Amino acid sequence: MNVALIGDAGGGRRSVRSTDGATTEGNVPRVEEGATTLIDHRPAMPEPLAAYVRRTANINVARCYQCGKCSAGCPMGPEMALPPHDIMRLTLADDRARLFAGDSLWLCLTCETCSARCPKDVDPARVIDALRELAAAEGAGHAPRNVRAFHEAFLEQIRATGRLSEVGLILQYKLRSGALLQDVAVAPAMLRRGKLPLRPQHIAGAGEVKHIMAVCERERAHSAGAAPTAGASARRDER
Amino acid sequence: MTLAYYPGCSMHGTSREYEESLLAVAAALDVGLTEIDDWSCCGASSAHVADHLLGVALPARNLALAEAQGADRVLAPCAACYNRLSGAVHAVAEEPGMAARVPEVLERPFANTVRVLSIVELLQGLAPVIEERVAARLEPNPLEHLNVAAYWGCLLVRPAEITGFDDAERPTGMDDVISACAANPVRWNMAVECCGGAFSVSRTSSVLRLSRAIIDDARRCGADAILAACPLCHANLDFRQGAMSLRGEPPMPVLYITQLVGLALGLPMSSLGFERHFVDTQPLFAHLAREADKAAAAAAERAAAKAAKAAAKAGAS
Repeated sequence: MNVALIGDAGGGRRSVRSTDGATTEGNVPRVEEGATTLIDHRPAMPEPLAAYVRRTANINVARCYQCGKCSAGCPMGPEMALPPHDIMRLTLADDRARLFAGDSLWLCLTCETCSARCPKDVDPARVIDALRELAAAEGAGHAPRNVRAFHEAFLEQIRATGRLSEVGLILQYKLRSGALLQDVAVAPAMLRRGKLPLRPQHIAGAGEVKHIMAVCERERAHSAGAAPTAGASARRDER
Repeated sequence: MTLAYYPGCSMHGTSREYEESLLAVAAALDVGLTEIDDWSCCGASSAHVADHLLGVALPARNLALAEAQGADRVLAPCAACYNRLSGAVHAVAEEPGMAARVPEVLERPFANTVRVLSIVELLQGLAPVIEERVAARLEPNPLEHLNVAAYWGCLLVRPAEITGFDDAERPTGMDDVISACAANPVRWNMAVECCGGAFSVSRTSSVLRLSRAIIDDARRCGADAILAACPLCHANLDFRQGAMSLRGEPPMPVLYITQLVGLALGLPMSSLGFERHFVDTQPLFAHLAREADKAAAAAAERAAAKAAKAAAKAGAS
């Protein structure tokens, strides 16, 4: 039997970045081959958020000194329970519960005003993108139904035809969000202005785009990923 | 000059007038645009939210196609597409592992050699030509009476390491284009504020709040119209304006930057697609015509007075 460290004695999934930039995921073996199998009964701890952000986005959130410049310029700040500087603080404090409980992460428009103005170059917009990815991968997301429906409908359109049909996007969105009657009244005015081509465009590379999306999805499932449970690491070992 | 052209999905749908006016202006200015064959969606507002790699790979496919089709520069008139394509160029150049990973994901060769141009960079570069053409036109130019608020929004100026062709807080490129058209750029406060972008459908209330603030400020600062260079911004400011309670103020026309240049070059109105807007632009053009008439009458009056004065002087001597 090869190296087997069941559970995670070190408190967290590790990753090793080699010099060529490739990242190796998973529990780093710390037991010599042939050594006695150790069984750690402590519960697996998820990777700390700050470490996750550093690993995936190459950003050190500890540089944030809470000046609040990001929140001051944030167009969605007034509607967020946690404006950007709170998100930065809670990321550093590893407070998943509060970060993922509300919808603040999903109210970010990625307008990048925060990142443009951050005096410490911490790039809050990129941190929020990374946190959204993680929350979605862990199923911890609390994206408002409409926002999630929009993003899903958008990607579904690209997956289907390689291009975005705006008509298709709206129809998909309505089905997913339940907002069936939204903007129905303006459809005739849109049509009259020639703004709603009803036939989706077909491109030769549609299959290629679909394949790109599948590859990225697979990669995300393995990387950004789920908390390292014994099952998850077992799956990784299989590869 | 010939450029590869990445239209993006909106140009064939809700922002048809942007493409119509772009093609008219490009033809008038001798800019050849070769549409990238078999281009696909750049993923715009959604891909990067779900997955960073996907947010790079989707735009990169189009860059790889442009490369294979022999282009060295690609024009992306939609601000969102411009941002995603530029972002992919930057990510592949800067992020460890991306340069190797992206061609694997695409299953296409990709050397990251294509430069992405925004519409503002293109027109700013052509400003001297536009200015010359405008000056060479004989009839008085009604655009001299047009006060325009240049609206940049987010995606043309941020993040600066991706866009970088103008200042992130107080950019001036669009003002140069406005001046070249002989119109007047107004100084205002909301040029780089967000209109609510992709929440147009999923959180309309936020978009109304943000876009309303932009329109209000333009009006306060004396603008007759707002100038946009993004289909999404245009939809939020123009299409959604009907849903804003405007307290009896007249609606604010929102023009695409290519439409303004088309007007300045004297291209036929029918080629510029104003009839596709939701905010009627006719009152604006009527106002400009009135102002032009007034100015012409005043000039004639001044000339007559001068002539009378000269005649009186001649009579006296």
